[in-house]
Amino acid sequence: MSETADRVKKIVVEHLGVEAEKVTEDASFIDDLGADSLDIVELVMAFEEEFGVEIPDDAAEKIATVKDAIDYIDSKQ
Amino acid sequence: MRRVVVTGLGMVSPLGGDVETSWKNILASKSGAGTITRFDATDFQSNYACEVKPADHEYGFDANKRVDHKVQRQVDPFIVYGIDAAGQAIEDAGLLDMTEEERFRAGCSIGSGIGGLPGIESESLVLAAKGPRRVSPHFVHGRLINLISGQVSIKYGLMGPNHAVVTACSTGAHSIGDAARMIAMDDADVMLAGGAESTVCPIGIAGFGQARALSTGFRDEPWRASRPWDEARDGFVMGEGAGVVVLEEYERAKARGAKIYAEVIGYGLSGDAYHVTAPHPEGSGAFRSMQMALRKSGLALEDIDYVNAHGTSTPLGDELELGAVRRLFGDAIGGLSMSSTKSAIGHLLGGAGAVESIFCILALRDQIVPPTLNLDNPSENCAGVDLVPHVAKERKVRAVLNNSFGFGGTNASLVMKAV
Repeated sequence: MSETADRVKKIVVEHLGVEAEKVTEDASFIDDLGADSLDIVELVMAFEEEFGVEIPDDAAEKIATVKDAIDYIDSKQ
Repeated sequence: MRRVVVTGLGMVSPLGGDVETSWKNILASKSGAGTITRFDATDFQSNYACEVKPADHEYGFDANKRVDHKVQRQVDPFIVYGIDAAGQAIEDAGLLDMTEEERFRAGCSIGSGIGGLPGIESESLVLAAKGPRRVSPHFVHGRLINLISGQVSIKYGLMGPNHAVVTACSTGAHSIGDAARMIAMDDADVMLAGGAESTVCPIGIAGFGQARALSTGFRDEPWRASRPWDEARDGFVMGEGAGVVVLEEYERAKARGAKIYAEVIGYGLSGDAYHVTAPHPEGSGAFRSMQMALRKSGLALEDIDYVNAHGTSTPLGDELELGAVRRLFGDAIGGLSMSSTKSAIGHLLGGAGAVESIFCILALRDQIVPPTLNLDNPSENCAGVDLVPHVAKERKVRAVLNNSFGFGGTNASLVMKAV
């Protein structure tokens, strides 16, 4: 697992209060992890803080799975 | 008018994460006061409060029992306390499995005096330091006063009236009184009613300190600070927590064989129309509030055995309340006991009226009245009134009166009796 993936999953577990095993790369924030649209706004904020990147709204809207988040962050670093 | 009874109780207090633990500690004359742990209050006007204790404490509160991890992260503590107390109450009433039809007629009236002050403070600091795009998307609905009622209705599927009172320190009593009326008026059959507060945060302590409302002189012995009617009293001690009761239409409660704690028989409300923080110098608002509640109850003055006073331990308020009680009850004052449980748990502000109503109900159930701690030297105007100093007292308790008064000059009184 990449270092980015590790850190992303840790944030997801903390923010959504889900078990770490459920946070697979294929997991959808809304369908599998119980998030709503505001939870995703909060997650995106946490990713921005953690990785020092800016994730504009149009990019954030396309982040649906854990893998989407990891890939976007990696592409900006 | 339909009759309204209490069939469930829930509480989070500085002396326990549930009703029975809090009550046992109240009767054992314990104090929930201590040096503030939430933040370093060394340089504040007051550095002590009655905080709800952490889960690993002997009488702590475990938020994980009833409140989702995600919700805990998103909302202010007053909402967490309120959700848990509501959960306790609905479990106690045995109403977790209501049908959809029943839930259309079951609602919430759980308020708060101030709301999410700690979160307003901390997110304002985030805004100042990091800008608007770092403010939590849950900021607004994690702080709003009606979000206990909102969260509880979602969690338990309660689709009846969804209401939240905001009347400062009268909130808890108004919440119960208003909800009882909704049932009496046939707007609902079941209501979760009460109040919650948590403002033990820098801006909360600083604000009440600047209003000259807080006790400041007991830094070395905070458990001695809340001392209603005592000559050495110098202000209230901040408390926090929540109280919620299940109110239910009497025939419905009887038909399902519910445990009935008490009947709400009188509710009085009034305004001082005098000053934003100071009570009316003749206690006229307090007097009229109690008078209305008693008139509605149909009881005689002699029928009231216990008064849970607002009694915040402020120099002005305590004696004015006692004066109003004395004028209203006349000779009957000799037969009643009156105490302030704020001496043990501090002032829960918007939660106070609900938590104290629960203590009244437990006094009816157990035929014992809780003590006023630290009442070493009663003021001279206290002569001839049983203020239950230091230790709880077993006695006959047939009917009770609970008083709550708030900033803005808002007053509420409730009368309850055993069924």
